[in-house]
Amino acid sequence: MAFWRKVLAITRKDIISEFRAREIIGLVLVFVLLVILIFNFAFGAANEVISKTAPGMLWVTFAFAGVLSLNRAFIMEKEEGCLEGLMVAPISRDIIYAGKMLSCLVFLLVVEVIALPIFAFLFNLNVFSGEILVITLLSTVGFVACGTLFSALAVKTRARELVLPVLFLPIVIPVIICAVKATGLAMEGKSWTDITNWLLIIGSFDLIFLVISFWVFSFIIEE
Amino acid sequence: MRTSYLRGLTVLGLLLMLAALYMIFVYVPTEATMGAVQRIFYFHVPLAWLAFMAFFIVFICSVVYLVMRNPKWDLVASSSAEIGVIFTSLFLISGSLWAKPIWGVWWIWEPRLTAALVLWIIYIAYLLVRSYVQNKEQGARLAAVVGIAGFVDVPVVALAVALWRTDHPSPVIFEGGLAPSMLYTLLVCITAFSVLFLVLLLLKLANKDIESEIKQIYKQLI
Amino acid sequence: MTDQIQAGPQDFAIEANRLYKSFNEKVALKEVDFKVAAGESLAVFGPNGAGKTTLIKILASIMNPSSGTVLINGLSARGEAEKVRRQIGVVTHNTFLYNNLTAFENLDFYRRLYDVPRERILEVSALVGLQNRLHDYAGILSRGMQQRLSIARALLHKPGIILLDEPETGLDQQASDLLWQVLKNNDKEKRTLIMATHSLERGLQVADRVVILARGQIVFQGKKPDLDLAGLKQAYKLYTGVI
Repeated sequence: MAFWRKVLAITRKDIISEFRAREIIGLVLVFVLLVILIFNFAFGAANEVISKTAPGMLWVTFAFAGVLSLNRAFIMEKEEGCLEGLMVAPISRDIIYAGKMLSCLVFLLVVEVIALPIFAFLFNLNVFSGEILVITLLSTVGFVACGTLFSALAVKTRARELVLPVLFLPIVIPVIICAVKATGLAMEGKSWTDITNWLLIIGSFDLIFLVISFWVFSFIIEE
Repeated sequence: MRTSYLRGLTVLGLLLMLAALYMIFVYVPTEATMGAVQRIFYFHVPLAWLAFMAFFIVFICSVVYLVMRNPKWDLVASSSAEIGVIFTSLFLISGSLWAKPIWGVWWIWEPRLTAALVLWIIYIAYLLVRSYVQNKEQGARLAAVVGIAGFVDVPVVALAVALWRTDHPSPVIFEGGLAPSMLYTLLVCITAFSVLFLVLLLLKLANKDIESEIKQIYKQLI
Repeated sequence: MTDQIQAGPQDFAIEANRLYKSFNEKVALKEVDFKVAAGESLAVFGPNGAGKTTLIKILASIMNPSSGTVLINGLSARGEAEKVRRQIGVVTHNTFLYNNLTAFENLDFYRRLYDVPRERILEVSALVGLQNRLHDYAGILSRGMQQRLSIARALLHKPGIILLDEPETGLDQQASDLLWQVLKNNDKEKRTLIMATHSLERGLQVADRVVILARGQIVFQGKKPDLDLAGLKQAYKLYTGVI
């Protein structure tokens, strides 16, 4: 399992680095809080309004948080030419993809796991069900599967910070549609059977993009 | 040889278009429920079909380009994407023109229109990515990746939007059976637009050839 | 842990055949052809934009040539990329170091990618004289120390071939001296060295052979006993000044 050892070496390196710098997670959490605040003022605090818009607010917040943290993923490798250092090593390109994707997954999940209770607290909503956690996990995998790919792509272009969201957000719309729907149903207390359809779509998205990204990643980072 | 081929195709396209126009405005009877506005359908549907074909071509050419690295494939891909974006824009506009008189609003979140909007954005991003990269070859490679990711997303977008729609029923632009005369008209229109697409694609490719020739000459002069 | 794969019937550690590389319409390398024997040191000189970095990147298998081939110990860089990279160590003016990680953690990270045992970290840091600074963050080390750490990183997997792309950039005299000393010492292992550098003096000191690159082509080749610094300077002025 040399493949996974090396993948985890990259993930581990990213996690240690982020733990020291605290750039991504800290800022993204503050951002999440701000977005929630703005939504609150934008939509008013009436209870009926909140229960209708909560799933949407949650997922817009997560999508934007995703964009912020995914942007950082490859920008950090541009410093000191570290991406070249990775490319010179005797590792296949998909190891780089998998390593970065897993670290993005970890970061995003940490942000979401912290944001969910904040959401619950501020809006007095039940977001702690198993259903919502599964929805969040599956959707986040979808986000990072294609987000990591586009992050590597964006870092090669001139308008880096803008290219990622312009590519990422439209492609990830099906995940957002399904996540919002499923989250809404889960908040209403519906059972698993009701949300299965939505989860299946998210799941297929995840699968499709994991496979495609593994194949196509090397074409992006070669010079 | 290519020029005469193109010329013949253009003439064919012109004839087909005239036939289509005749069929749309003279031959086919007015539809019962929606009235004259319904005739937009005969433009609307072929546009969608061809936009999809255009993006399918982008997908195939992107894959082949990544494997073979022959810039000709990339040229076809970008040309096809440009035409696809135009057709999609027209699809969206025609949908709008259809919605306004019938339902009184400029836009309805109908599954097909919604999905088309998402794809429209994805393929505009495809075209933009090229201009944001200095190295042309790298730009082609990155665009190819977007072309593949975008097309692969199409079924998922369609599925998600369709499922979402069952929860938010909204007026649908068109459903139901087709009378034979409508079917014939539709078929003629699809054929006419297909030929139009081909003509536009070949013209674009010829254009790009000339562009690179000019660049070469310019380089030699300085 | 293989130190160096024994070269087969081909005696050359590095063979570049008719390398051609173009970006858009700009030609970066043209008709670049050379062979380097195992244990030999080759210095590549040339003005900015001559194609030195492009050449190193192609040899390191980061970049593919538009046409032509590169053979490392008889293996094709394109076909067996991972095997090839295992035999190469690369040092450039970028250090490949993560500033938030300590020197030790940086080396630990790379040694995992190269499948190298932990003990090697201490060994290579001793080789470059950084064994006492292992627990300092890479970001706070001086530029000279960072470059030495970068060399340590390149030596982790005991590569038989080392590629250098202007490693002395940004170093002051003292640090530069130290750097070249470290490189020369490793000559004891008789590694094959290819270094792209601006410093004619240093390059000539360390190398057995030199090559001058200008506008993507090799315009001059010379060998040590026949060539001295004055001659090299003259050739450089002649072949790059005119072109």
